[in-house]
Amino acid sequence: MSTAYGLTAVSLVVAATVLIGMFGLRISRTTSDFYVASRTVSPLRNASAIGGEYLSAASFLGIAGLILAYGADMLWLPVGWTGGYLVLLVLVSAPLRRSGAYTLPDFAEARLESMTVRRVTSVLAVLIGWLYLMPQLQSAGLVLRTAAGTPVWVGTVLVAVVVTINVLSGGMRSITMVQAFQYWLKLTALAVPVLFLLIAWRQDAAPGLGGDAPPTFPERTTVSIGTDVTVRVPAPVTVEVRGRVDGAGRAGPLTLTAGEHTVARDTVVTFPAGAAVPHVADLPVRTDAEWLRPLAGREYPMYATYSLILATFLGTMGLPHVLVRFYTNPDGRAARRTTVLVLGLLGAFYLLPALYGALGRIYAPELLMTGRTDAVVLTLPGRLIGGTLGDLLGALVTAGAVAAFLSTSSGLAVSVAGVIAQDLMHGGVRSFRVATLLALLVPLGLALSVRALAVADVVGLAFALAASTFCPLLVLGIWWRRLTVAGALAGLIVGGGLAGTAVAWTIIGGPPGGLAGALLAQPAAWTVPAAFAVMIGVSLITPRSVPAGVARTMVRLHTPETLAVDRGTWHPKGA
Amino acid sequence: MSGRPQRVLVTSPRTRAARRPRRPVTREIDEQTGLGEVYMRSLIRSQLRLGLTVCTVLGVLVGGLPLLFGLVPELREARVGGLPLAWLLLAGLIYPMFVLCGWWYVRQAERNERDFAELVDRDR
Repeated sequence: MSTAYGLTAVSLVVAATVLIGMFGLRISRTTSDFYVASRTVSPLRNASAIGGEYLSAASFLGIAGLILAYGADMLWLPVGWTGGYLVLLVLVSAPLRRSGAYTLPDFAEARLESMTVRRVTSVLAVLIGWLYLMPQLQSAGLVLRTAAGTPVWVGTVLVAVVVTINVLSGGMRSITMVQAFQYWLKLTALAVPVLFLLIAWRQDAAPGLGGDAPPTFPERTTVSIGTDVTVRVPAPVTVEVRGRVDGAGRAGPLTLTAGEHTVARDTVVTFPAGAAVPHVADLPVRTDAEWLRPLAGREYPMYATYSLILATFLGTMGLPHVLVRFYTNPDGRAARRTTVLVLGLLGAFYLLPALYGALGRIYAPELLMTGRTDAVVLTLPGRLIGGTLGDLLGALVTAGAVAAFLSTSSGLAVSVAGVIAQDLMHGGVRSFRVATLLALLVPLGLALSVRALAVADVVGLAFALAASTFCPLLVLGIWWRRLTVAGALAGLIVGGGLAGTAVAWTIIGGPPGGLAGALLAQPAAWTVPAAFAVMIGVSLITPRSVPAGVARTMVRLHTPETLAVDRGTWHPKGA
Repeated sequence: MSGRPQRVLVTSPRTRAARRPRRPVTREIDEQTGLGEVYMRSLIRSQLRLGLTVCTVLGVLVGGLPLLFGLVPELREARVGGLPLAWLLLAGLIYPMFVLCGWWYVRQAERNERDFAELVDRDR
């Protein structure tokens, strides 16, 4: 892709986002405006906004990349990210809206009448938000590098700055408009190029993916290495090298023996047509037939699949930026209807990444060598469709990717800032502004210092943390009267502690090999049941700390708004 | 009170059924009487049962797939119309199923609420 097109696409989306944000400034005046857009947004716009906010860089770039690398097992990621909304719909949506809470800590306070639970919930919401923001900012760096050739940190810092300006200038109302716009932009940005890609694939005699060999370079291919990598060469091959291989500077032909080789960054290697693709050391080598098959992706595939299903289906309801959207529905009934629309919008979008993953396996297998599989969506248009059309389509997917991390980061920043402003500061618009800076500086620091993992993997860890803490709190809080303050606290601390340890271990140290590694990289299968068990068990042995107003709260959560009943007098702070 | 019990006049009402004082159920709920609690519990139970039904269907259909692929290895290789079965299901058909499940749930949940509202408002 030419740099000019890529830069134009990035600037256009950034400008549009900031402009719509500025436009929103004139109509957002009160604190309530800032937090929830005054609850006057129509269901379709609200659903588009939820979709726009939810479809992050992990969905836009990450899924296709993981599918390219690991195959059929990764199809569960988008399935879980959509199915999570179905679980949210049937267990949480209407009661949560009726609770009248703005944020998860609000809900915890309203239901359990305890400031301690509220504070623990606040800390967890901020941690989950930061964990989710970090990979968004990292992938911003990747996109700008691919589109315009800038160093990785430039994109990361740029997006953090744009999101800060956007959130500070508009608050939630403008965010709703920005998000709704960005869902449709993202859908277009994946759907239009994929049509052209499929036409190009048909004209190329529609090569399939059933072979019994790992991927090979379809033609003579020049690979530029972006970071230092260790690759495994399956069979001796003679390549052209410019740069450093195995620690020695090279310029000219070189025969790579079978086995591991280190390639330094900025090295350019040219492979002959038909050569097997060397894989970066931490990606498995799979034949195309294995790749197509479920339960062949990673180690312990059955455990990993179930853990992923649990994390995604139950984690969605616990994401801070997802919940805040439900308060913009006028009532519980609208909250349900909005959620069904969301299911449709997400389903339409998630039909597309698998196509990119499969086409990438055929046409961009060198990403398995560079390790940057997240770039597959950005790489394909230029690879399959040359000329101006290829450049334009490349610019379109770049625009979609920018929209993806701008919208999710904005939504996350708003909700994390909301929690910090209300619970750790004095509340009000001024606190919200200071909190916005805090909400972005920490993940920015993390994004620049922590090693880069696949964006969808880190986001998956955020889901696991949410599923191990907020899912039991919400489900038991809404449906079980005997939940006690002590039970909720114990469950949150055990679930958060276990999942948090696994997350930190995986991100900082990298998971160990074998079963322990699988358990740490996909913790939900053991942390979620543990959190539920502790929350229920401790509640049962501390029946005296059942909140006094539980009966009134249940009336508030479950009776339709049309009935004139006493719903209690609780109001969220800052309303 | 002391001494002999006072005389009490016992009469039969004109209608066949005894007339209850008209007390809306919403007031029973507001005052958290036993009756109000029974109404509330029935609403919550019917909504919870509905929610768990959807979750069970989801658990069996979605949660059963990896197990099925694990137990019947031939299914991992199966193709339908040239496309691998796993991809056809997980990258396609499962999404309309989610929407259908959601749509059905919303209809049922709103029906439960309507029934509850009629029950509660009937005596007003």
